[in-house]
Amino acid sequence: MPGETHFLSATEIAHAVGGRALSAVEVAQAHLARIAREDGALGCWLRVDEAGALAQAEAVDRAVARGDHLPLAGVPVGLKDLFVTEGLETTAGSRILAGWIPPYDGTAVARLRRAGAVILGKLNMDEFAMGSSNENSAYGPVHNPWDPTRVPGGSSGGSAAAVAAGLCALSLGTDTGGSIRQPASLCGVVGIKPTYGRVSRHGVIAFASSLDQVGPLGRTALDCALALEALAGHDPLDATSIDAPVPRYTDACREPVEGLRVGVPESFFCAAGLDAQVGALVRAAIGKLESLGARVVPIELPNAEHSLATYYLIAPAECSSNLARYDGVRYGLRVPSGDLGQMYKATRAAGFGPEVKRRIMLGTYALRTGYYDAYYLRAQKVRALIKRDFDRAFEACDVIATPTSPVAAWQLGERTIEGCGDPLAMYLADIYTISCNLAGLPGLSVPCGFVDGKLPVGLQLLGPPLGEANVLRVAAGYQRATDWHTRHPASTVGGAA
Amino acid sequence: MSRYEPVIGLECHVQLQTRSKLFSAASASFGGEPNDHTDPYTLALPGTLPVLNRRAVEYALRMALATGCRVRRVSRFARKHYFYPDLPKGYQISQYDEPYAEGGAIGFLLDGQPRRVALTRIHLEEDAGKSTHVGGAPTSLVDLNRAGVPLIEVVSEPEIRSAKEAAEYLRALRQLVRWLDICDGNMEEGSLRCDANVSVRPVGATTLGTRTELKNMNSFRHVQQAIEYEVARQTALCERGERVVQETRLWDADRGSSHPMRSKEEAHDYRYLPEPDLPPLHIADEEVERARTSLPELPLARRARFVERLGLTDQDAALLTTERPIADYVEQVIAAGADGKRAANWVASEVLRELNRAERSIADCPIAPPALAGLCRLVDDGTISGKIAKDVFGKMWASGRGAKEIVEAEGLVQLTDEAAIEAACRAAVEANPQQVGKYRAGNDKLIGFFVGQVMKATRGKANPEMVNQMLRRLLS
Repeated sequence: MPGETHFLSATEIAHAVGGRALSAVEVAQAHLARIAREDGALGCWLRVDEAGALAQAEAVDRAVARGDHLPLAGVPVGLKDLFVTEGLETTAGSRILAGWIPPYDGTAVARLRRAGAVILGKLNMDEFAMGSSNENSAYGPVHNPWDPTRVPGGSSGGSAAAVAAGLCALSLGTDTGGSIRQPASLCGVVGIKPTYGRVSRHGVIAFASSLDQVGPLGRTALDCALALEALAGHDPLDATSIDAPVPRYTDACREPVEGLRVGVPESFFCAAGLDAQVGALVRAAIGKLESLGARVVPIELPNAEHSLATYYLIAPAECSSNLARYDGVRYGLRVPSGDLGQMYKATRAAGFGPEVKRRIMLGTYALRTGYYDAYYLRAQKVRALIKRDFDRAFEACDVIATPTSPVAAWQLGERTIEGCGDPLAMYLADIYTISCNLAGLPGLSVPCGFVDGKLPVGLQLLGPPLGEANVLRVAAGYQRATDWHTRHPASTVGGAA
Repeated sequence: MSRYEPVIGLECHVQLQTRSKLFSAASASFGGEPNDHTDPYTLALPGTLPVLNRRAVEYALRMALATGCRVRRVSRFARKHYFYPDLPKGYQISQYDEPYAEGGAIGFLLDGQPRRVALTRIHLEEDAGKSTHVGGAPTSLVDLNRAGVPLIEVVSEPEIRSAKEAAEYLRALRQLVRWLDICDGNMEEGSLRCDANVSVRPVGATTLGTRTELKNMNSFRHVQQAIEYEVARQTALCERGERVVQETRLWDADRGSSHPMRSKEEAHDYRYLPEPDLPPLHIADEEVERARTSLPELPLARRARFVERLGLTDQDAALLTTERPIADYVEQVIAAGADGKRAANWVASEVLRELNRAERSIADCPIAPPALAGLCRLVDDGTISGKIAKDVFGKMWASGRGAKEIVEAEGLVQLTDEAAIEAACRAAVEANPQQVGKYRAGNDKLIGFFVGQVMKATRGKANPEMVNQMLRRLLS
C-alpha cells in the first residue's frame, strides 16, 4: 500500500492508521512526496510544513501505539491560508499579511490536531476569500487538476484542487457566498458549508462575519462527515457559535435516502446563465435520488433572485470593517511614508489587490452616514425575506437540490476584469450558492458528472438550520449509487495518477 | 446679567473596574509596562473574536438601576469606525441606536437645593489605547494596555445651566460610581472622563444654539473652568453678532483656555455597523431583579436617613455619605452599640480628621467600628468624660488598643463618687478664700476657676457636671 495512499479516503486512512496497518508517517511522507511532484503545475500550496507534518505524524503514531482512539488518525489535511496557525505563516492570500507568523491556533485547527489529523501546510486562495476563481491570490493562480488551463473555482480554490489531485485527503475551506461549494463543484470533490455558527470562526481571518463559515472538503460525503464531527460544536471563543449537540454525521451517511423529500426550485433551472449540460446533469442526479426512493417536490424561493444584490451590499460592508485592522501599525506590511495618514494609504494601496480594494470601497460607500438605511439596512430586510422563503420551503421538504455552479470550470483569465472587462461576470458564478449563506443554512456540493466528459459538475444540496445530517445522508447515498467520485484527474507530470 | 444662558450636556466615560477587558481575558488593570496587558484580541490579530465579559454587564446594570434608567432586555453592539494607531481593530465596539439603558437621572444638591439632571442614555463600549507623542520625535508611541477596558458612557440631557452645576453633577456621578463599586472615579488616571457639549442661547429662547464639544478636562476644577471659559467665549461671540462654529475644542489647563481640535467638516463619518461578531445583548428579568436587590442604599437616601434617624445636620450627613465605606463605618459603630448621633459625630470629626491627616482611607482606619463603639459607650455610661475620651481616642489610634483597656490601665475612669468629689471641691474652696469672696460678691464667671482647680487636682477625671453642681452648692 505505501506510495499508493493518495487516493485513499480519509475514512480509510484513519482506519488503517488507527489499526496500525499504515503509519501516519508513511502517509504523510507519501503525500509530501506527491505534493513535491505534482504541485508545481497546480499551485495549490502556499506553504508546505514538512517538518511540522512529520512531527505531528510521529506524535499520532505514538498516540495510536499507546491505544488512543483518534477519529482522524494520520489523515493528511491542507488548510486554506485563511486559518490562523501557530508558528506557521498565514497570509489570507494577501501581500498585506506576507511574513505574518501567528502566535496561536484557531479552534478548527486545534480540533483537527486533537483528532489526529496531520496538517501538511497552507493552501492557496483568493485574497481574503474574495473571488470565485482563485485568480485574486497575491501568490498566483491555482490550476484546475482536471484541466490546468482552467480555474479551480474560489475562493477555496487550493483546498478543492489539492483534494481533487490527491495531495491531501481532506482540506479546510471557508464559505461566505459559495467559496467551499463552488470550487468543490469545479474540481469534482465534496465540500460542505455547515449552518452558520456550527463551526467556530475563532482563528479564521474574517471576510464577512455574518456570512463566513468553516467547512471541510473531501472526496466523499462520508469523509466530510468524519471531519465535521471533529470540527463542529460550541466554542466559548466565538460568541456566534451554536451551543447544540453534534450529531453522528457518519452514522447519518449510512442511512438510506429513501423516504426523504427533495425540494427542487424550478426557477433555478431557468436562469439565463445556466449551462445546458450542467442543467441536464443536475436534473439527472435528482432523477437518481428519486430512483433511490426520495420524493421530489417542487418548491419556490421567490426572493432568491435578489440574493446577489443583497450579498454585494452586506459582504462588502462587513469586509470594509473587518479589513480596517490592516493598517501597517502592528503586523504585516508597512510602507513608511510621510505622516500617519500617508503611511496608512501607502500600506493599504500596496498591500491589497484590486478586488479587495473594490469591495472595501463598495462597503465603505454603503455604510456612509445617510446611506445606511438605503443600502445595508435594506439589504438586511431582503435577507430576512430570503430566509423566510427557505423556512417555508423546508416545511415541504428535507433537502433542496440545485446546481452548485451554473457552469463548469472556465479558462483562466476568461472572467477577470482584465479578461472580459466586467466585474459582474465573476460574481454571477455564485448565483446558486449565495442565498444559502444569507439564510445561514447548511449547503453541500457533490460531484454529479462531467461536462464534455472531462469537467466536473456539482449537485448542490441545502438543508434547514442544523440539517447537516440529512444533507450528508443524501450526498453519501448518491455517492454509493454513482461512481463520479472514483474518477481522478491525470497526473500533471504525465503517467497515470 | 447676561442676555444669554448656557445649555450644557455632559458625556462621561466611566471605566468599569473588572479584572479582564470587555471582550477578552487580558488584564483591565491600570498601569503595567506598555503593552503588557494585551493578548491576541487586544492587538486585533487576524482571526480573533470578541467574547463579552458578563461582569461588565453586571456593573453597567448597577449604574442603570441606580440612576433609574429603563433597561433594554435586548440591546445591540455596533462598530464605530475610524483609523488611529491606538484603535487596533480600526473600529471601537460600542452601542449605537440600541443602548442597554435609557432615561433616568442623577440627583444632587446645588446651593443646598435638590436638582435632578435627566440622562439620555447609558451605553457599554470598549476603551481605546493611548498614544504618546514625543516632542520632536518622528514617531509616536502606542500603549494598548487601556485598549478594550470596559466603559460605560453616561450621556446627560442638555439640562445643565451653569459650569458649577456641571461640576456638581460630575461630583454626584463620581460619588455614585464609587458608591456602586464599579469605578474608582480617578480623573487624573482617566478612569472617569468627561466631555462637555456647550452652547448658549438668548434667555427665553427654546431652540438650541450651535454647540461645541470640550475635551481633555481631567479634574472637577478643569471641567468647571473650561465650561466657564467656553460660555464666556460663546457669549462674547453672540454679543458681537458673530457665529459660533461647531467644533471640538481641547482644554489647555496650563493656559486656562481652549483651542479648536477639529471642525464639523473634519468630523469622522463613523460608518456605524451592527457588530456581526456578537449576538444581541440579552439582559433577563431575573438578572435585573438580582441587580436591583443587591443594589446598596444610594447616597441621597442614606443622607436623608442620617438626617432623620440620627438627627444629624444636613452638612454632617453629606460629609458622612461622600463615600459608602464611611457611611457603612458609621452604621457599624452604631450596630456595635454606640448612640447614633454620638457615633456620627465621632466619625465626622475625629475619625475623618485623623484619616485626612494620615492620608488614609476608611478601609485602613486603625480603629475598627466595635472599638469606636466601645469608646462611645464609655462616654455614654459616664465612665470617662468627653475630654478624656479624646485623649483615649488618640491612644487607640496610635496603639490599636481598646478604649476600656486604655482607661483601666491608665486609671482614667471618671470620678463619680459624690463624697470624693465633695472633698475635692471643699479643698478648692478652702484654698481660695479670696476667689470665694469675689464669687459670692456676684462674679459668677469664677465658677470656671474653681472647676479648673478641681479638675487639676483630680487629673481631669472628675465628672464635670457633678463638680459644677457641687461647687455651686458649696459656694452659695
